[in-house]
Amino acid sequence: MTVNRSLATDALSVGYDDRLVLEDLSLTIPAGRISVIVGANACGKSTLLRSMARLLPPRSGRVLLDGRSIAEQPTREVAKVLGLLPQTPVAPDGIAVADLVARGRYPHRSFLRPWTTDDEQAVTSALRMTDVLELADRPVDELSGGQRQRVWIAMALAQGTDVLLLDEPTTFLDVTHQVEVLDLLTDLNRQSGTTIVMVLHDLNLAARYADELFAVKDGRLHSHGAPADVVTEATVREVFGMESRVVPDAVSGTPLVLPIGRHHSGAQRAV
Amino acid sequence: MIAEQTTSTPAGSRGARPALHRRRLLTGLVLGLAALLVLALLSLVFGSRVVSWTEVVGGILDPAAGDFGQQAVATRVPRTALALLVGAALGVSGAVMQGITRNPLADPGLLGVNAGSALAVVIGIAFFAISSTSQYIWFALVGAAGAALLVYAVGSLGRAGATPLKLAVAGAATSAALVSLVSAVLLVRTDVFNVFRFWQVGGVGGADFGEMAPVLPFLALGVLLALLSAPGLDVLALGDDVARGLGGRVGGARVLAGLAAVLLSAGAVAVAGPIGFVGLVVPHAARVFTGPGHRWLLPYSALLGAVLLLGADVLGRVISRPTDIPVGIMTAVVGAPFFIWLIRRAKVREL
Repeated sequence: MTVNRSLATDALSVGYDDRLVLEDLSLTIPAGRISVIVGANACGKSTLLRSMARLLPPRSGRVLLDGRSIAEQPTREVAKVLGLLPQTPVAPDGIAVADLVARGRYPHRSFLRPWTTDDEQAVTSALRMTDVLELADRPVDELSGGQRQRVWIAMALAQGTDVLLLDEPTTFLDVTHQVEVLDLLTDLNRQSGTTIVMVLHDLNLAARYADELFAVKDGRLHSHGAPADVVTEATVREVFGMESRVVPDAVSGTPLVLPIGRHHSGAQRAV
Repeated sequence: MIAEQTTSTPAGSRGARPALHRRRLLTGLVLGLAALLVLALLSLVFGSRVVSWTEVVGGILDPAAGDFGQQAVATRVPRTALALLVGAALGVSGAVMQGITRNPLADPGLLGVNAGSALAVVIGIAFFAISSTSQYIWFALVGAAGAALLVYAVGSLGRAGATPLKLAVAGAATSAALVSLVSAVLLVRTDVFNVFRFWQVGGVGGADFGEMAPVLPFLALGVLLALLSAPGLDVLALGDDVARGLGGRVGGARVLAGLAAVLLSAGAVAVAGPIGFVGLVVPHAARVFTGPGHRWLLPYSALLGAVLLLGADVLGRVISRPTDIPVGIMTAVVGAPFFIWLIRRAKVREL
């Protein structure tokens, strides 16, 4: 079992130019659980994830990994603990699946150290876990969107980190593959105890897969907790500015948000 | 081979290379080396005077004495060596620049590095009366580094930092500006025009080992730095975000690789003038054999760069005997159709 890592932000403020995107945001990611960050477009949820992955320097405040400021730790050491899958990663044209996944071993390698059996095992088990082992020799650009996303997750897995951050891992996927990717990440979390933090657009899938939900509004943490506590009609109104009804999801029992909109309120009254 | 592939893990060994891929790597290597050897021999034989094989052997073993044929061979030895060196340097430089900028069209010409060298050298010729390679190299180096820094600084403006697209645009603009400055200097100093003209077209014709020697340390250092930057370029190829997530130092990797590219192209420019097309075409040809990994791509680009430049030089000597067509013109003549073929065949690999 993996060591539980702690990841937290402490009064984090991040900005571009003169605009502050995150303001005084403090949160603690529960170790070994699945956390999902939700919020309206441009609320700062992606910025939050990227800041936690040390891609953006804070204006003030800190990101703490194992209690120490992430900015003060050597980036290669951080990369052995914390992995990141950005929203639209680019694969070099013509690269084979196994070669792409092997690049996830970068933080564990050095110029003079040859490819080891550890590296080999990490790559093979990542390929197996994401069910792309039989695609190992295929060029990534020939794969379907769902397969490609599994390959990228395999690369992040080959990195062998205890914490994995994913920025909208289901974008551009149809619903079947969205569920497939989220199931895969859940397997990873349950089997290896990997702490997973992701940004998701779809509130209903977020409520289904999250152990802990973080709702961000205008660069501040609006609320957080178990999906059943966070996803309420009041929260949806405040965070997304949308009237809705929240009912139990018939499949999972988690909250299911039904948007009302301007044209269907009659049906709502009839229910 | 097939049995081995099915029994071992599909990921294979050493960086997860399938057996098929390795066979292609080796085939390309053998073909490339064979082409190099044949071209090197042809380079000794052909010229305004075609010599016999015994004269080739005599010219190599005893360059000082002998008949006309042997002496002709003796002058072709440094010329061949120079073509190999310059071709290899330009090939690696192009591959590195394409890696830094993640742009398939990047090469020392597009990114303004050659133009920077050219401007510095023409200023040196016009105002500092420089006339030898050992002087050209310093001016070329300063010009190349200056242009590279300028392009990088301009390309880094704005929020997203130095994106491949911005670098390419900044490079093209800088290149155009520097080339017009070169013209400006030449317009007011027509006396340097002839010296410069020959240098600018790019040639390996007047090569001798004494002129080459000052450039060698720069090229050696450039190759070393390029090879050291290979793992960094491999993670850069995944995009800046993934590279940083993997613990790569994006800025540091670009600076190291950029230094290598500047050293290599400045060295090549100082000794042979700005030669186009090699840095652009060769890495694409190399990728056909190597795929996108830089550990193999860089040595392959050196090999194929040497093959292209030597081939172009030999062809330039053969088609218009007894005069030479400068190799800088021949690389374009040979390179352009090859590039078109490559684009049609394999589609230029996006980086």
